Parts: sequence; structure tokens; C-alpha cells
Amino acid sequence: MPVREKVIFEYSHAGRGASDQWPQETPAAALADLPAKLRRAHAPELPEVGELEAVRHFTRLSQLNFSIDTHFYPLGSCTMKYNPKACNQYAMLPEFLGRHPLAPESHGQGFLACMYELQEMLKEITGMQGVALSPMAGAHGEFAGVAMIRAYHRARGDLQRNEIIVPEAAHGTNPASATMCGCVVREIPVDAQGDVELDALKAAVGPNTAGIMLTNPSTLGVFERHIEEVARIVHEAGGLLYYDGANLNAILGKVRPGDMGFDVIHMNLHKTFSTPHGGGGPGAGAVGVGTRLMPYLPLPIVGKDGERFRWLTQADLPQSIGRLSAFMGNAGVLLRAYIYMRLLGRDGMRRVGEYATLNANYMLARLKAAGFDAAYPERRASHEFIVTLKRQAREYNVTAMDFAKRLLDHGFHAPTTYFPLLVPECLLIEPTETESKDMLDAFIAAMSQIQKEAEQEPERVRGAPHTMPVRRLDDVRAARQLDLTWKPTAQP
Amino acid sequence: MAFIPHTPEDVTAMLAAIGAKGIEDLFDEIPANLRVKSLAGIPEELNEMAIGRLMTERARADGAPLSFIGAGAYEHHIPAAVWAVTTRGEFYSAYTPYQAEASQGTLQVIYEFQSMIARLTGMQVANASMYDGASAMSEAALMAVRANRKSKSLTVLVPATVHPHYQQVAVASASNMGLKFVELPYCTETGVTLVQSLKKYDGQDVTALVVQQPNFFGRLEDVDALTDWAHARGIFVIAVVNPTSLALLKPPAQWGTRGADIAVGEGQPLGVPLSSGGPYFGFMTTRMEYVRQMPGRIVGRTLDVNGREGFTLTLQAREQHIRRARATSNICTNQGLLMTAATIYLSLMGPQGLARTAAASHARSRELIAALTRVPGVRVAFSGPCFHETVLVLDRPVVPVLKALAERGILGGLALGGYFPELGNALLVCATETKTAADIERYRSSLSDVMHAARAA
Repeated sequence: MPVREKVIFEYSHAGRGASDQWPQETPAAALADLPAKLRRAHAPELPEVGELEAVRHFTRLSQLNFSIDTHFYPLGSCTMKYNPKACNQYAMLPEFLGRHPLAPESHGQGFLACMYELQEMLKEITGMQGVALSPMAGAHGEFAGVAMIRAYHRARGDLQRNEIIVPEAAHGTNPASATMCGCVVREIPVDAQGDVELDALKAAVGPNTAGIMLTNPSTLGVFERHIEEVARIVHEAGGLLYYDGANLNAILGKVRPGDMGFDVIHMNLHKTFSTPHGGGGPGAGAVGVGTRLMPYLPLPIVGKDGERFRWLTQADLPQSIGRLSAFMGNAGVLLRAYIYMRLLGRDGMRRVGEYATLNANYMLARLKAAGFDAAYPERRASHEFIVTLKRQAREYNVTAMDFAKRLLDHGFHAPTTYFPLLVPECLLIEPTETESKDMLDAFIAAMSQIQKEAEQEPERVRGAPHTMPVRRLDDVRAARQLDLTWKPTAQP
Repeated sequence: MAFIPHTPEDVTAMLAAIGAKGIEDLFDEIPANLRVKSLAGIPEELNEMAIGRLMTERARADGAPLSFIGAGAYEHHIPAAVWAVTTRGEFYSAYTPYQAEASQGTLQVIYEFQSMIARLTGMQVANASMYDGASAMSEAALMAVRANRKSKSLTVLVPATVHPHYQQVAVASASNMGLKFVELPYCTETGVTLVQSLKKYDGQDVTALVVQQPNFFGRLEDVDALTDWAHARGIFVIAVVNPTSLALLKPPAQWGTRGADIAVGEGQPLGVPLSSGGPYFGFMTTRMEYVRQMPGRIVGRTLDVNGREGFTLTLQAREQHIRRARATSNICTNQGLLMTAATIYLSLMGPQGLARTAAASHARSRELIAALTRVPGVRVAFSGPCFHETVLVLDRPVVPVLKALAERGILGGLALGGYFPELGNALLVCATETKTAADIERYRSSLSDVMHAARAA
């Protein structure tokens, strides 16, 4: 890979610029009405570079990245599947890009039809009764979901219900979202087989229980087998069930959260429905609800009167938790998810769940055969699974982080490391359905090779990566000697 | 199509390695009664040719009207290079840069973005990024509660001139944490927030004051006086700013004597298409002393084990994946790709290009206002300067007029009746550098026809 690219400010020369892209200069007289005391005294020190310089700079930067388009990216819990090019191309048609969010419905029937049908398809695939599309990421959907749970209890006069139960293996966003909704978080343990400890759950529920947040299959890469019992316990205690859709890919077309007893879910459209991750977003965290929470869905939602599509408003949904985005959430992301779902169709969605699960179980079987320890060896893998390197850490002093970094040298993005926190030295591996057997075999071969290297030449693994643009970075220095913006004289 | 590359031989070999008879066996831990019976509501698959045709038809149905709507989302020229580079697979299909060694490209883009936004706002540090301008304002209010140790009230003053959707988002997002948003009145003559109207809060415990510049009406607030009023009382100032306008207007770091404490805004004008409302991105900046109270991703420059410089996510102890229930925010996935587009846009614009864009937008909006107010029955609502949009008042209901204009392919602005009924037949109109003299004339003559026809009828 290329080594280093200068910071763009280092290319800057006063007076240079991509001037072909600029509008004509405006005579100063046209700005005379702006009062001097509200004007800027000095121009902002943005880079001054030509168009070709900028294109080269950012293209070179892109080449320093691993991505799905260039590398296998088996990042557990993130569903890094292929992002079909058609989804991008047809979501970026000029009329879609140019449409103003406040344009009238008369100039949005095409867009609104896509959104309405997306709502309908998401309802069907999850078994829920209502869907709202505006939350802009998984955590934003979680917030919406918990806010609806709170609104439901409040409307019933159940004001004391402010406790959200989460299993200890939950994503960090679950407790953080619950807190932002003003809830108190209670963590409960899972048993040795990865299922929720039912006795602990029974002890945790009570008159203050607002609900439970669950991922199923869980972050441990196994299906929660007692889900019906969990639902019964929580519902009998007066709480509601929240489904974290991060792992929906595992069961797509096979099992529906609504049928498992969940009252509210969020879906990560950027995982299951293959919209791009974009180096950290945009995502889309659509929420689905059962009948009990229908009145509280966030706005806007697309409705249909006869053949006309229209925005539902507060007048249609007076108990809505309100508006969570300035306009319609990440509309362009939603269009990509819509296109993806139409391309897959009914059978394609079922195949997603099947082949994602096949790929994960195949990798797990082969890695076990190669001498790696599964965290839950007695269990089927879902669409992902956990390998624990506790033994390697003890015997060779080579950690999961070392393995992860050495995988980069082999041309593989690292799996998720050190999550979930309760499995020591873990790698959470999620291949997704779009990877071929050849790619999985190559990854397994690399793992075996690193294992051998850990036995024979452990310092080589501990010092990895060796072939990347940078070696391991000093995170302590980064946090202590904060260098967050470029300054002409600063040396890192 | 499901983009699954397996051959039947692959599947046979894989099942043999697992020791399973069929793929169905892999789901044998799931209770049988829970299995999906039918997915009748999902249509059959389409191939790429068919979806191409469907989407093209739908896009055409929406058309490409001549739009004069602003109200928080602005049409600007986007150089082709911005999205040509942004949609490169290496940016488009990468994950959040947790594995720093394999993500130096994204990390350096974020560092450059932080640097540019800091310079544009004059503030010391920026994060990357929030969902949109509205959610950035709401997060800023939550941050002010954490950072302003002089206040215990959780009360945030929000002028009525702040974008009404931003106010709605703040209420929906932050009131669960106990925050109280108190609306401040505006002067109906000038459309701005008057310092005199704040007098009743003297001596009260208030956490923060929000100031939007330009405000929702396009009017310029007296940011210096408002900022100084707040600071004299230990109240934080949260600036909500339009990034294009900052090429001309005083950056929030210089408001009043001490400058705003937190500055946020909608990043959409910086190279992001209108796209029915998203994806956009919010930016957030603050003083260095409050950096640990900031939500969201922050990238720092550091050294690797060989002493070579590189970039990494830093101050992660603020974030949900470390701090869980005690994190500064639940935000995880954000709007990384839009932040990338904005960084490329700002590089192409530079200080001169951005200033020209802002100036041309301002000039076009003045021409628009001059043209439209020549039509009998149209006047401006407020006295005083605006930036690239303004409120007009018609002598008749706005909605039928807009409908008639829309039938002629012109989106004439946003009717404000639903938001500000006290303004009567008010219409918010905007023009940016994308509008030509011919576009403005087309709007004026169509409006004249529509108003005349209505009068004749």
C-alpha cells in the first residue's frame, strides 16, 4: 500500500484554487447591506489547491483504506456485505438528488412510492405492524424505540417504569440509548451456553420494568433459544421487548422478530439491506412496531390515500414521539435499501439468511479443525461466531489484537476484537453471504499460518502489522497530546 | 439476485465440512413454531435492468422543477469531482475506522475535515460528525448541560427564529433527559430576537442560549449583543450557523467578547445534494476545554512505533462502545461519507470559492426579492438585512399560489402559515448562486400571472 499522503494544507498556495468551479465574482456593492459588525474580518484559512491536486490527494487517501470493494472485511456485528453498484447508481438519479425535502407531494410521488413500499416490505420481513424510516443510524433507531416504550408506559399512567434490562453482552449503544431516554439500565448475565439466564431475568423484572433490549441472534453469535420464555416473563411483568436489529441478517427470511414476541425493533439498513457504511455512515435505523406502539411512531411517515402518497403529520399521529431529523432522515440511504430489497425479492431475502449462516458455520467448522477454540463449541453459529484466543495468549503471549493486526498483513480486514467483553481474547467473525468459499478458505489459511507463526516466531505477530501505511499507533500519545486540527508549525 | 457466489459443489463441500445434511439443519436451534411460513408481502425479485427502468420512471415522475425553497436545505453547485471521488469504493464501502492501520485514508480525511470546520467557524475543535443540523443542535444542548458547571437548571432558551424543525427535534430528543426548551419571542417588525426580550431571564438559572445565524427567516441576529448578554450571566451560547454564510459573516468564535461556546450547523450546503432531506451531516465545534464533553468521533494525529506520523480515533473514553450507559451520547454510526464529500468540496472551493458562492447567493436573493416585490400584492415581511433567503407576505393565502406555481414547474418557496400563523400570508423564499437572471424573471412573471389570474377570478 502507499505510505503517506501529505495533509492537504501542505499543498496549499495562496491564490491557487479550482477556480473553474467558482461562480463569478460579485461586486462589493451587492454586499453593502450586510452590516460591517456582522461581517467576517479575515477569510477562513481553507486550503487553496487546484482541482487535479485535490482529486489526486483524496484518491490517494482512499487508497490507504481497506474496504469491501478491495478486501474481505469479516467484521463481526457489522455485516460488511457487498454493496451492489445498482443501488448507488439508481439512488443517485438527478431527479432524486435534486429533490428538495420540502418540495410538495405533487413533485414527490415517485420518491414517496419508494418510501411507502419500503415501509411495507420492512413490515413484512420483520413481522411488525408499522414502520417509520426517519432514524438515521442504529443508535438513533434505538433511541426512537426506547422513547416509544417510555411514551407507551406514560400514556398508561405507568410513570415509574423507567428500567431497561440489557444482557451483559449487548452492544454499547443499547445502554447509552436507554440512558438518553432517561432510563436506568440493569444488566443481566448470560449462561455458559450463551442464552439469557432466565432466573436472573425473573429476578430483574418488576413494577419498574420498562422493557428489555435484546439482539437475537445475540452478540455471542448464537440464537437465543428461550426467546419465547423471555418474552413471556417480560410481558407478564408489564414490560415490552425491544429487538436490536444489528444481527437481522442471520435470520432474514427465516424467522421474524414480530413472531418472536418483540414489540419494537430497529433495523440497520446499512447492515442487512446493504447500504454502504461510508467509512462511518450514513446508516439508516428504521424502526418497526407492533400494534401497541403504533400511535407513538416518529414522524415523518409516508401514508397512502387511494393512489396518492402523502406525508403523515402530527394530525394523523397525535401521540407520536415527534420528529428526530430535520427532514426525512437519510432519504438517499433509504432509496438504496429499497432498490436492494427489490433486487433480492422474496427468495433472495431467504437466501441471505441461509448463506450468511452457511458461511459462518463453515468457517467455524474449519477453524475448529485447524485448532482454534470456539467460545460456544456446542452451539450452531448464527451469521457470526466467536473464536477465543485465550489459550494462544497464555501459551505464546500472542493476543487477539496481535492476530487481528497480523491479518491485515495477509490482506484481510480484522474481525471485531474484544467485543463482546465477556469472552476473553475474542475475535467476532462475520463473513456475510456475499463471500465465496475461496475467500473463506484463504482467510482460514491465513489464520492457520498466523497460528503457526505465533508458536515459532511470536514477536513477528506481536509486532504486526508490517506492511500497512503505518504500524501500531500510539493511542496514549494521541489522547494526551491532542493534535486535532492542522497547524502550520505543529509536529506530531 | 442476492449476490451469493456459491456453486452447488461449494455448498456440498461446505455442508460436509460442517457435518450437516442441508442448510436447513443450521437453523435447528430455532423453535420450529417460529419459522417463517410465508413472505407474501415481499414482491418477486427484479433484475438490474428492471429496477433501472422502475427507478428511472419514478425519478422522472418527480421531475426537476425550478426551486426557490431553502429553509435549511440549499441548492448549490457541486463540482463533479466531489462525488466522483466520494463514491470510490475505498471510501464508500469502508467501515468506521476502528482498525487505524487499515483506515488511514478515512482517518486523515476526518482530521482534514476537523481542521477545515475549525477554521471556518474559528472554533478550536470539531468532531466528525452528527446526523444533521437539527440533531447537532440537540446534542449541543445536552453537551451544554454537561459542560456548563455554573448552571443546574437544564433550561435552554431557544428563539422562535430558530428553524422550527430543529426545535421539534430538540424537544423529541433531549426532553427525555430532563431538558426544558423555553421559546423566546421575536420582533415582528424586524424578524430577530431582541436583547430586551431576554430581560425576564435576568437572575434565573439558565444553562444555554441558542442563536441561529442567519435565522430561519434569513435575517441576521445581533449575535454580539446576544452572546454578551448570555456570558454576563454564566449562560452558554450555542451557535447554529450556515457554513456557506461563514465565508462572509463573522465566525461564531468571534461573537461578542468571548465567542460562542459551542457552534453547530447543517453541513448540507457543503457539497451534499438535496436528496429529499438526507443523508446530510451535522457539524459540531467547541473550545478545547470542553472537548471531553463533546459527543461523536474525533480523530487525532499521533506517531506509530517507528515514529512515523499517523491518524487514529481518540478520546474514545467518551463513546458508547467504551463508556456504555455513561457515554456522552449514544451516537455510533454517523454521516462519515457526507463529511468526506464536504472535505473535498471545501478543498475545491477554498476561501475564494466559498466567498464567491456566498456572495453570489446573497446577490441572487436580493435580485429575487427586488423582482418579486415588484409584483402587486407582494412585500417583504421584515426590515433589515438577510442572507440568501427572506420572508415575503402576500395579499392572499399562500398555499393556492404555490400550487399554481408548482403546476408551472416552479417551487415558489415554503408557506409559513403552519409554523408562524401570526405572520399572515407569509412565504419563505431563497435563491443561491444556481439561479440565473432568467430563472428569477421566470418566477416573477409566473407569480405575476398567478396573482393576476387570482385577482381576475
